[in-house]
Amino acid sequence: MSYEKLKVLRGINIDVRPSELVFIIGPSGSGKSTLLRCCNRLEEPDSGEIIVDGEAITAKGANLNAIRRRIGMVFQSFNLYPHLTAGGNVMLALRKVLGKPKAEARAIAEAALVRVGLADKIDNYPNQLSGGQQQRAAIARALALEPKIMLFDEPTSALDPELVGDVLNVMAELKRSGMTMVVVSHEMRFAKAAADRVVFMDGGVIVEQGAPADLFANPKQKRTRDFVGQIEQ
Amino acid sequence: MDALLQQFFNFDIMMQASPIILRGFGMTLLLCLVVIPMGLLGGLAVALASLSPIRTVRWITIIFVDLFRAIPPLALLIFVSAGLPFADIRVSPFAAVCISFLLNNSAYYGEIYRSGIESIGAGQTDASRSTGLSASQTMAYVILPQAVRNVLPDLISNTVEVVKLTSLASVVAFAELLYAADMARSVTYNASPITFAAVLYLLVLWPVVRLLSRLENKMQN
Ligand SMILES: Nc1ncnc2c1ncn2[C@@H]1O[C@H](COP(=O)(O)OP(=O)(O)OP(=O)(O)O)[C@@H](O)[C@H]1O
Ligand SMILES: [Mg+2]
Repeated sequence: MSYEKLKVLRGINIDVRPSELVFIIGPSGSGKSTLLRCCNRLEEPDSGEIIVDGEAITAKGANLNAIRRRIGMVFQSFNLYPHLTAGGNVMLALRKVLGKPKAEARAIAEAALVRVGLADKIDNYPNQLSGGQQQRAAIARALALEPKIMLFDEPTSALDPELVGDVLNVMAELKRSGMTMVVVSHEMRFAKAAADRVVFMDGGVIVEQGAPADLFANPKQKRTRDFVGQIEQ
Repeated sequence: MDALLQQFFNFDIMMQASPIILRGFGMTLLLCLVVIPMGLLGGLAVALASLSPIRTVRWITIIFVDLFRAIPPLALLIFVSAGLPFADIRVSPFAAVCISFLLNNSAYYGEIYRSGIESIGAGQTDASRSTGLSASQTMAYVILPQAVRNVLPDLISNTVEVVKLTSLASVVAFAELLYAADMARSVTYNASPITFAAVLYLLVLWPVVRLLSRLENKMQN
């Protein structure tokens, strides 16, 4: 994967098992977001293969739109549609991609919003919600499509500290329910509690990976040590 | 003073001229009803073409927009109504007005839509595409509703200009409001019919420009 001449990712080889939570850390510009965005081809890799749930999404004739709704994505800046209510945000793809009738779409949206603790916010517009509520609505929007895997790109980085917990709780609940997750984040406490594996990236390559306890306690590579030391203080 | 009143505000003459002026007013409304929707649709097409992934399409759009924003609308109208017959294409005054307005308005509305579309952050497209919406669905359901809302004052303001510009149609003898009023003026040797016409324009446009001001204020806050 490269932007113009800049090679952003090189020789990435990563395998995420069903129900696994892979936690990705690394310095700014190391290619974490780019890696996630390649996983649903919001970014186009120059070469290589990406397989999700047995389907090669990098294949030539791959039905991208059908594949993408199986891959939920949550963004640092929420990216809720400001002209639609929380319910409308969740319902849009249900209606336009899956072709669900309105009543059914609304019922699914309600259930998804209940799951993230926003039962009473279905008719609120994003600007009437707190940051944490917006991010949970964004999670509901992805969940409603029953994805096989959820990608989180710094889901709590734009939140006030007191709102981070609500979002992490929802993510922890997802993990317990068996969702496959790839999470880019700096929330080390969450990583230690919920991650099955931590991957450290730097300069577009995977430097080191392992169980959270191992990787945080005794990193083998110097770069990992430096980075972990930095963020843990 | 009295002479001035007689020349511009002669109520009897206004009454006398009112049938022809009101018919002209009707034609102006009809013209607006045709050229405004055509311009809005044409402009949308221009905006989408200007953002096309195909470079040639973008280039052609840029040339189209530059050309029709630079040509004075009156020159364009005369060119269409007087020029096309030389190419053996006969057009009625109404058709000539519609064609020249479509070209001119599409260029202007197109630029407004485009700035609206470009004001929407890439994150919106990311979110939409990541849930499986196609590029055109994303444009229709996510980008355009926000874009139009962002540039609504500009769209309305341009529409006010278009309404006023329909008076150009008088030049090609299309019997709209100004044409009718000027006919009445030349028959009565009195400017009061023009005053009458001006009042009618005002009556239609004043509420619109008022709404516009309120909208602009609201959006600034
Ligand atoms: N749209 C783009 N065009 C050009 N270069 C880009 C683009 N997006 C990212 N890059 C570059 O690609 C590299 C990797 O960026 P990426 O956003 O994946 O990093 P990141 O690890 O997510 O960083 P951060 O922690 O700051 O989010 C960086 O050097 C960045 O400058
Ligand atoms: Mg990033």
